[in-house]
Amino acid sequence: MARLEAIASRLEDEELDLDAALALFEEGVAELRAASAYLAKAETRLKQLTEAADGVFKVTDLRA
Amino acid sequence: MALTATARDVLEGAFMPLWVRGEVSDFKAHRNGHWYFCLRDGDAQIRCVAWSRDRRIPARPDDGMQVAAFGQLSVYPARGEMQFSVTRMEAEGDGLYRKALDITRARLEADGLLDPRRKRALPRYPRRIAVITSRDGAALRDIHAVVQRRCPAVDIVLVPAAVQGDAAPESLCDALDRVARWQKADVLIIGRGGGAREDLWAFNDERVARALASCPMPTISAVGHEIDMSICDLVADVRAPTPSAAAEAAVPVQAELRERLRAFAGLFAGLSADHVARARLDASDAVLRVSDGAVRHVDRRRQNVEAGAGRLNAVSPLATLDRGYAIVRTANGRTVRSVRALRAGQEVELVFRDGAASATIDGAASPASETESSETGGPS
Repeated sequence: MARLEAIASRLEDEELDLDAALALFEEGVAELRAASAYLAKAETRLKQLTEAADGVFKVTDLRA
Repeated sequence: MALTATARDVLEGAFMPLWVRGEVSDFKAHRNGHWYFCLRDGDAQIRCVAWSRDRRIPARPDDGMQVAAFGQLSVYPARGEMQFSVTRMEAEGDGLYRKALDITRARLEADGLLDPRRKRALPRYPRRIAVITSRDGAALRDIHAVVQRRCPAVDIVLVPAAVQGDAAPESLCDALDRVARWQKADVLIIGRGGGAREDLWAFNDERVARALASCPMPTISAVGHEIDMSICDLVADVRAPTPSAAAEAAVPVQAELRERLRAFAGLFAGLSADHVARARLDASDAVLRVSDGAVRHVDRRRQNVEAGAGRLNAVSPLATLDRGYAIVRTANGRTVRSVRALRAGQEVELVFRDGAASATIDGAASPASETESSETGGPS
């Protein structure tokens, strides 16, 4: 969402050239798709961070 | 010598641990960490010791301070003296807690950690929130409930820690260290639900405060008490009165995000993928100053995001070509930005939204200003 706002505001930039504008447009479409998928998520996952002895992090499901 | 040891056993058997009220005098903190002092009132005094390992006392008492001390009456066999082994102490008017807070606060302040300019803004669109609290406390449940209600797209990652008791400061520091090294959270909430002041004391620990201050992502403290500020509250980027309030501050409302997204979607829907591709081919190396002409028509007063979406459409080069503007290019593909770049008889290309056409310049007239600048600016 922040990126979409940034794209909208950069496309306002009067110095922007066509190639850059097109690239931004395509990025905007991709961002839109990603954001839509993200906002479709309807459940907050509750997880727990654990660290193994060798310093490797693991994120596992936590039963509430 | 068995006598003093027996006296000690008798005395400890005869007296349960008890509270004694009096004035502190002759206070000495020994290098080995133990404290030695006297408690006295108008007509009596007793020698006291507070062993470094056994005492739960927030700060050193000052001589002359009126305190209530909790401990065990005993005998120190090596010296044959009666003494009171103090484990807890309270001063009138919260004196000791206030003193401990003031000391810690002054030390953090001296290092600039309480500077308001250090405060970072919370991310507007977090995806993952780290929560440092106890696994079984109400705080985690409250935060989960609020995030689930407001913005279920956001996930919560618990980094479990003891939030009260002797091990709490170290446990909180460990958790903070882990979050910092993990680095995959957008924002951190650290806290617990309400409790007695002693239960919340770990959040006044200087080590915890310093670890919190060095956290790489923005932080929210949520130590469940409204009245006093904890040291962590002072150091965190945002202070929330409760864990629920911290969660409210951390996440946006998902329904509102969807609304905003719909505005963007409406904008992009008008542009099919092949439209984009064609325009890209037609004008792949063309350069267009968006400021030229078309954009002047855009209503610049529209400020909100939805209007921003409309603006995005209006200023895009595709929309400009759509509205009937064309790009003039020279034979070598350079965009013509000024009539000054043209000569009579020159071959040019006109790029439209759906293709290109070739043309020849019949004549090129310079604007009046060009003449003036030639006169004043020397030969051109």
